[in-house]
Amino acid sequence: MRLSPGDVVRLGLLGPRTRKARAALSALGIAIGIATMIVVTGIPASSGRALDAALAKFGTNLLRVQPVAQGDKPQPLPAEAVGMVARVGPVTQVSAVANVHSVVRRSDLIDVNDGSGLTVLAGRTDLLPAVGGRLIAGQFLTDATARFPVVVLGAVAAERLGFDRLVPGAPPPLVSVGNRWFSVAGILAPVPLAPDLDQSVLVGWDAARRLLGFDGHPTVLYVRSREDAVEGVRAVLPATVNPQLPGLVQVSRPSDALAAKRAAAGTFGALVLGLAGVSLLVGGVGVANIMVISVLERRREIGLRRGLGANRGQIRLQFLAESVALSAFGGLAGTGIGIGAVIGYATWQSWPVAIPPWAAGGGLGGALLVGVVAGVYPAVRAARLTPVEALAA
Amino acid sequence: MTDVLSVENVTREYPGGVTALDRVDLRIAAGELLAIVGPSGSGKSTLLNIMGTLDLPSRGTVRIGGDDVTLLSDRKLSDLRGKRLGFVFQQFHLVDGMSAVENVATGLLYAGVRHRKRAPLAAAALERVGLGHRLGHLPHQLSGGEKQRVAIARALVNDPALILADEPTGALDTANGQAVLALLSDLNREGATIAVITHDREIADRLPRRVTIRDGRIVADSGRPACG
Repeated sequence: MRLSPGDVVRLGLLGPRTRKARAALSALGIAIGIATMIVVTGIPASSGRALDAALAKFGTNLLRVQPVAQGDKPQPLPAEAVGMVARVGPVTQVSAVANVHSVVRRSDLIDVNDGSGLTVLAGRTDLLPAVGGRLIAGQFLTDATARFPVVVLGAVAAERLGFDRLVPGAPPPLVSVGNRWFSVAGILAPVPLAPDLDQSVLVGWDAARRLLGFDGHPTVLYVRSREDAVEGVRAVLPATVNPQLPGLVQVSRPSDALAAKRAAAGTFGALVLGLAGVSLLVGGVGVANIMVISVLERRREIGLRRGLGANRGQIRLQFLAESVALSAFGGLAGTGIGIGAVIGYATWQSWPVAIPPWAAGGGLGGALLVGVVAGVYPAVRAARLTPVEALAA
Repeated sequence: MTDVLSVENVTREYPGGVTALDRVDLRIAAGELLAIVGPSGSGKSTLLNIMGTLDLPSRGTVRIGGDDVTLLSDRKLSDLRGKRLGFVFQQFHLVDGMSAVENVATGLLYAGVRHRKRAPLAAAALERVGLGHRLGHLPHQLSGGEKQRVAIARALVNDPALILADEPTGALDTANGQAVLALLSDLNREGATIAVITHDREIADRLPRRVTIRDGRIVADSGRPACG
């Protein structure tokens, strides 16, 4: 006589139903393993999706050109570098910043050398579209304001100088740059492809030359080109920028850094995934242990069931179903906890939530597999008992 | 009248040369109520195990409803136990955490009765043993006598050809023991075939047929009553 699937499920739930605390504790081991697996796959996936979104938004066609550092001071790029790069065919945009070696202070009462770790850069008016930046307040340097003592603050610079917003219509706040007062025209949002701008204060190119003694040599060029020609442009940039000494020009692709960050997160995730596998294994051993104890304790019940007509296969099935039920509880709870943790962390980091479906499904499937494997030995032991031995226990 | 069970020339030896049963012959006809009585160590529990197919003889034949059980596979033997035999144990053997009606319904589980039909049949069996008001009680909420009546309901719910009761009053006080015996007699009058294994002569004397066993041999059989 065969047991119906419903009967097998009811038999499998009998043990956990009558020994709730024990069932919960043995399922907990599995739950921790599964939750860890989902967290270590879900968090890198979410951060990866956030990075992908950033890459898609800011593009991968940006190149950054800067002089190789020689000694203390980097060799400046030629003043006409921007014009030369603009003439390269596939280049669509080019902009530049230059370090003017000045100190920015919140007020003139602060020590003249205390620049809060910020850099004063001369910036071209076309910088913002080139680096994919945007403003969170005010406006960027324009052809009109670039000639006057006006600054735009990077995100970190604004925070360090104590400005989190600009009140429209109110007189703009002032900061001291190189002992002159500059008015704050705008505040930038963080720029993922040019993070050094975050800690910078940007002044107009002409204003820097006129008021801060800037010599007109750019420090960093930002170059956008057609996507299909990025590598070609990258190859010709050093010679274009500095025909005499192309070896002193370094070209990098900022989006590579984001991609590398993603790859690094993946490698770390693989390591922790291994650890999660180990904890799942330990959980499985816990379930097997509980099942062996359960078989020992329930020998009389096994004998009774044999007396009531259960054959060896049905006894085996009952204990296997119980082991799978314990693991399934653990798997479900772990999946819930894991998904909750990923949602919580991703939301906190303002990332889109991404849980690979194979991780959620595989976690649950893995738990069931662990349940089957953990249950085989106890179930076989239970079935091997003869009715007389079992009843005499 | 047909035999529900026949034991022919059965010997059961254990490793080490212990002979628990020695060439035992016993036939039980449908509708009988008999006692298998003997002191402890006489082999009556071994005989019960062999009659109940929980154990197999070293030599000899056991037939239940005409089938030679020594030739059956585990699956067929289990099937036969589930459909044609009912057991009542001294220690009741109710499953903790399952209500009275669930415990009784377990008696139908392995006989292939569908889930939907089990609970009503189990409730009817409990009604029959006078526990209609205790259907949802858990074993620890029942008295000893009530537990044994639940166990009896579980044994008879499937309408077996033979009920084997191993010291059914052994764990009960006198009053509850008498009540259980009276219940078994009532069930027998309603048609059930019941074999009671006991060491208690007094209990045996109250039953229509007594088979006395000593040192693994049947030494006396009062025989089937004339009315049969």
